Amino acid sequence: MNSRSIADICRDNERLIIGASAFAAFLVMWEGFSRGWWATLLAPLLGESARALAIKPIFISSPTGVAQQSWTMFAITGEIWPHIAQSGGQLVVGLGAAIVVGVPLGLAAGRYRTFSYILDPFLSALNATPQVAFLPLFVMWIGTGFWMRVLIIFLLAVIPITMNALAAVRTVDPRLLKVASSFGATELHTFRTIIAPSALPFILSGMRLAVGRSMIGIVVAELYGSATGIGIMINMAGASFDTDKVFVGVLVIVIAGLLMTEGLRAIERRFDGWRPAIGDNM
Amino acid sequence: MTPKLVAKDVCLEYRQPRTGDRLLALDRISLSVNEGEFVSIVGPSGCGKTTFLSVVDGLLPATSGEIIVDGLRVNKPGPDRAVVFQDASLLPWRTVLRNVCYGLECIGVRAAEARERAMKFVQMVGLDGFENSYPYELSGGMQQRVNLARALVMDPKILLMDEPFAALDAQTREYMQEELLRIWEQANKTVLFITHQIDEAIFLSDRVIVFSARPGRVREHVTVDIERPRSLKLKRDPRFHALEDRIWSLIHDDALVQARS
Amino acid sequence: MQGDALQRYTPQLVGAAALLAFVSFWEAAATYKLADPMFISSPSRIASVAAEMWEDPDFWRDVKVSSTEFIWGYLAAIAVGIPLGLAIGWYKRVQYALGPFIDVLNAVPRVTFMPIMVLWFGIGIWSKFAVVFLGAVIPIILSTYAGVRTNEARYLRVAKSFGASQMKTFKSIILPGTAPYIFTGLKYASGRALLGVVVGELYAATAGVGHMIAQAGNAFETDRVFFGVLLFTFTGLVVTTILARIEKRFDRWRPEGAVR
Repeated sequence: MNSRSIADICRDNERLIIGASAFAAFLVMWEGFSRGWWATLLAPLLGESARALAIKPIFISSPTGVAQQSWTMFAITGEIWPHIAQSGGQLVVGLGAAIVVGVPLGLAAGRYRTFSYILDPFLSALNATPQVAFLPLFVMWIGTGFWMRVLIIFLLAVIPITMNALAAVRTVDPRLLKVASSFGATELHTFRTIIAPSALPFILSGMRLAVGRSMIGIVVAELYGSATGIGIMINMAGASFDTDKVFVGVLVIVIAGLLMTEGLRAIERRFDGWRPAIGDNM
Repeated sequence: MTPKLVAKDVCLEYRQPRTGDRLLALDRISLSVNEGEFVSIVGPSGCGKTTFLSVVDGLLPATSGEIIVDGLRVNKPGPDRAVVFQDASLLPWRTVLRNVCYGLECIGVRAAEARERAMKFVQMVGLDGFENSYPYELSGGMQQRVNLARALVMDPKILLMDEPFAALDAQTREYMQEELLRIWEQANKTVLFITHQIDEAIFLSDRVIVFSARPGRVREHVTVDIERPRSLKLKRDPRFHALEDRIWSLIHDDALVQARS
Repeated sequence: MQGDALQRYTPQLVGAAALLAFVSFWEAAATYKLADPMFISSPSRIASVAAEMWEDPDFWRDVKVSSTEFIWGYLAAIAVGIPLGLAIGWYKRVQYALGPFIDVLNAVPRVTFMPIMVLWFGIGIWSKFAVVFLGAVIPIILSTYAGVRTNEARYLRVAKSFGASQMKTFKSIILPGTAPYIFTGLKYASGRALLGVVVGELYAATAGVGHMIAQAGNAFETDRVFFGVLLFTFTGLVVTTILARIEKRFDRWRPEGAVR
């Protein structure tokens, strides 16, 4: 009864098999366009018009081109490391500041009603604005350097963190708060023993959203200025039609984004044992 | 009497995707339900009674054996059987009336006619005046009345009821049991009723079929020889207690054997 | 009676008072030169710039360009995102095949593709359209997909038990159950679409409100920058309000308070 036929194994790993083949097919297609495989292959069928299927690598690069360029930039010249260090530093400072400011602000607004009435109009307005529109303003105020970029990252990240921290306090079970006050717990004690533990998972998912936002911040803030940074590298490569390099930059951001959100998801899961699933699907 | 529903040697096997093990859920279930009869299936949790109901409805295909309704073999859901599901299975985005219409819409009855027929059953289950309410506005007992009306409006040959009162509180449940008997007598249907509550099974049924656990097997048929109409007072009758004891010990023995093995 | 009304509107009153305090403080700071008005502008200066621009045909051209980019990019994202999300949720194998691509696209801010879009489509409207589309389509796909997946098995079982056809099941079970999720996605996506407009126009453009902001920034015209930013805030608020209105019509069946 325990035997597993090949058909069974295929069925059980269908997800992996289909996903991997789709991805492989995508890479082959891409490479084929850039090398003109499809143009050659379909020339007998389509005649002259098949030529359109050969796309210049300058426009679309190619998987092997990107791989080769990554190898060069990471291992041979090492030119990418300063960019990563610069952007990483901005991210850490901006995101860190957003956490330090956003979490207490959100918790306070969640706990004290009047404070939330004051904060709410500003928060909603900021949330409705694409915050990157402030960029030219920040450039005017503090130039195009490190701190301008930190500021834009901060502004992008602080909003989801504050909003989630606020919502987190609101979802604390009022019965628990009643228990705390009936035992005569001090405000500080209530925060530590009741509010913080129940709010933590929500705060963490706010941080996950914030990580995504701060990646936007990195890319956009680095539209300006001409020093180092991943976004700048992408822009410069784009401006000089060095498409391989553009894709290497995109790849670095994809990997960083995946690592950070998955890392935070793992942390969330650790603190999450007691929380029923709620809709948080972004 | 002619049997309305016959199950012949019904087996059901699952394959667990992770280990590849095969698991026997139902083991050669054979039973029959006569026209107009009210039959209950009781058994410990995990005995496959709900699974069996799904097989009868045609939601799950049996691995072997057959289900025969009115002399014809069935293998997929059809309008000759209608299920009253366990919990709130009402579509939350539809009003009471439109929920009751749902099955009729599925078989292509015109909207106006469906509405008219549905209204009759909304009245029969005592929900006059609530036809435009949404499910969230109703209590658990009222929701299950809608569920019942939704099945009855299909005019099925057999009504399949899957622990319909399990989620209700004790008082509402007893009240609904009485109501169900009233509606059953009025609608004159053949019923197969699944429950884990022994007293509920006895109170409602002409016959109680006891399932044993893992894999589900028919352990015994118990005939309830108590006259109708019945009222809740019956639950304090000595004959009722005798039946209750008998079924309880059948299930209990089985649970003990399970626990030891 | 009066006390009741006062209590009911406390949040709005306190909020309005706070806004008013903020605006007055800002105005005072500019008037009494607590900070250089060239850097911080002031509410009255912004208002007069607004009045000025209202008469300016160039401004309306910018508005037209930006709204064209926003509307068409967003509509295209809806037209592609909802069916794709439904398909991914409904057909397991489509999800297996497309899942990896969507996960990757979701992990990267789509504005990163701006240089590539400019390379492909030039600095006109089309590169912005592409970035707006890319930004908005992913959240729409993901939330539609999530909606289909959370459609509880019990409702599908009901449909199957009543012998509903695929089409009937889709229309009566999947769509209504997914609608709230789709709206969440649409709201989120509208923000992303607006972001795409701004970034696209900051990056490389010849017209548009974002372009106007960038130029005003370069010329140290703070008033115009603020006016442009406020215009985006206003647009964002209007779009989310409209969506919330539409959502409410689809939402009568849900108990109050369950709506996030």
